[in-house]
Amino acid sequence: MDEHESPELTEEEKQLFADLMPDDLAEIMNTGVNRRHFLKLLTLAGGGILAAQSAVAERVLTRPSRETLPVELAPSSLENGVDIGLKVNGKAHKLTIDSRMTLLDTLRERLNLTGSKKGCDHGQCGACTVIVNGSRVLSCLTLAASCEGKTVQTIEGLAQGNRLHPMQEAFLKHDGFQCGFCTPGQICSAVALLDEAKKGHTSYVTGNVRQPGGPVKLSNEEIRERMSGNICRCGAYPNIVAAIQEVHSGKPVEQVFRSA
Amino acid sequence: MRAFTYTRAKDATSAIKLLAENPNAKFLAGGTNLLDLMKEDVERPNALIDISELDLSEIKPIINGANQGGISLGGLGKNTDSANHLLVRQHYPLLSQAILAGASGQIRNMATNGGNLLQRTRCPYFYEVAMPCNKREPGTGCGAREGINRMHAIFGWSEHCVAVYPSDMAVALTALDATVIVRSANGQQRSIPIADFYRLPGNEPEKDTNLMHGELITAIELPKNRFAEQSYYLKVRDRASYAFALVSVAAALEIEGNTIKQARIAMGGVAHKPWRALKAEQILVGKEATEATFKRAANAEMADAKPLTHNAFKVELGNRSIVLALQMAVNGGKA
Ligand SMILES: Cc1cc2nc3c(=O)[nH]c(=O)nc-3n(C[C@H](O)[C@H](O)[C@H](O)COP(=O)(O)OP(=O)(O)OC[C@H]3O[C@@H](n4cnc5c(N)ncnc54)[C@H](O)[C@@H]3O)c2cc1C
Ligand code: FES
Ligand code: FES
Repeated sequence: MDEHESPELTEEEKQLFADLMPDDLAEIMNTGVNRRHFLKLLTLAGGGILAAQSAVAERVLTRPSRETLPVELAPSSLENGVDIGLKVNGKAHKLTIDSRMTLLDTLRERLNLTGSKKGCDHGQCGACTVIVNGSRVLSCLTLAASCEGKTVQTIEGLAQGNRLHPMQEAFLKHDGFQCGFCTPGQICSAVALLDEAKKGHTSYVTGNVRQPGGPVKLSNEEIRERMSGNICRCGAYPNIVAAIQEVHSGKPVEQVFRSA
Repeated sequence: MRAFTYTRAKDATSAIKLLAENPNAKFLAGGTNLLDLMKEDVERPNALIDISELDLSEIKPIINGANQGGISLGGLGKNTDSANHLLVRQHYPLLSQAILAGASGQIRNMATNGGNLLQRTRCPYFYEVAMPCNKREPGTGCGAREGINRMHAIFGWSEHCVAVYPSDMAVALTALDATVIVRSANGQQRSIPIADFYRLPGNEPEKDTNLMHGELITAIELPKNRFAEQSYYLKVRDRASYAFALVSVAAALEIEGNTIKQARIAMGGVAHKPWRALKAEQILVGKEATEATFKRAANAEMADAKPLTHNAFKVELGNRSIVLALQMAVNGGKA
């Protein structure tokens, strides 16, 4: 169900309508017809003038579009239902899913965690990268059914309350994105990548793979190779590498200002 | 995606039994190839037997039998773990490099050793169900034979199929004379030398390998060798990383004094299976490891190539790649 179609307004929204469109409020309340149009206007105006007029407007605009979880399907309506239990960002979930559901669709459609993105759905872009049992994987090529008992970390689970994860901070500082679509995948991938480096993992550009593994210091070339599974259509690569290098080395990296 | 039942296998025996009972069932390991193909409607299993949690992922030294002194990789070990295991890095760096040259960090964390060997071709005619493809649907013809065939085979193709086999890992395993260990429904174990595991297309391109339905890859064995000092996996592709090979070369040499005692060369991206360059190997053995020798070996191998309309470049590319891979093998990975 799309909340935008619903004539039910929250108290905050009623207030906002009353502030901005006092003449239309009654009609909206009775029919709900213009509500959709109104919300669209608000969105088009962005966080700009309208929002500046009202703290309420800002809250309405920035709230996730759906606050309630989608209605649970009765298991009988699933052709091949599978019961799974998994932990996502520290919270345990029990679900009955269609055997065809990928982890990505389960996160987005059933658990309302829409941070992980569907770029290609075929393993070719990395936008759906999440961390399962400590390893970065592609949630679009993972069946949710195979996640029984597993621990999943998504972009939503990286910050601690209002404190961003250092990798999130570094992406902000270095402008590691433009449109932001690839960013949740980039950040999850980068976080797990630094663990792999700590464990001494090697890569195709490592000079001598025979050298015994201990924590490895990554050159920018190494970061590029190890992040090659995350495509950025906006070409924010230099800034992404700078952000990761800063967190990895623990030393400030000069910001790069050049187009890719 | 079509509907299927999902079963988590408890142990290898029950997994094999479940598969053997149903000709339309498939094993699910990392799922990175199978799920992709199911979404494309190329693979249409009605049952998936999830084997990913089976206890078959160990990497260990082999203490007796034909490959004594070598190592065994569990069929369900993850590609990442195989590439990073110290035994593999120390004694089979060629294999580490080949695995690391494939796919991406995320995919290698999911992909298993057995699944990697059984990944299917990336031929776009195979992937697009609206196109003819004898591999996907025997008898419909080969779209690539007269179509767009830049990525396709230059060795061993037939009028029925010109697809190439995509795995990097298998190219290194071919150079290293690996053996694939499988278990079948009657409980029997079978050892298949990698040279007999893959097939040329002939008139049955729908068969990629000689594995039978219901057989489970339990391990991959590598014999002991003395190539670790001088080996290199060179992969040439359209972009620097995260792309399949146009041409790849696994090169391994054993050199005594200045003389090549043993040579192993296998190529990827050129045929329906990892292509062992036996002619080149023959020329190298007993000679000095010089650029001139490498060039003669490469020329001898590539002289047999039969390019298609759009991939003649692979002949020259293959030629130069063999030479460069051999040079990098003797120069500790430097060109
Ligand atoms: C975008 C992308 C890029 C890639 N790039 C590369 C690349 O550059 N180089 C490269 O080499 N690979 C590449 N790959 C392919 C990847 O390496 C394979 O998809 C992976 O190795 C398959 O392993 P899996 O465990 O996920 O197999 P699955 O998808 O689970 O299975 C593949 C097949 O093997 C069967 N199977 C699996 N395990 C067993 C077993 N133990 N016994 C019997 N049958 C079994 C399954 O039934 C299925 O038919 C790429 C993949 C993607 C998606
Ligand atoms: S959506 Fe998963 S890799 Fe693109
Ligand atoms: S920021 Fe737009 S795709 Fe990467």
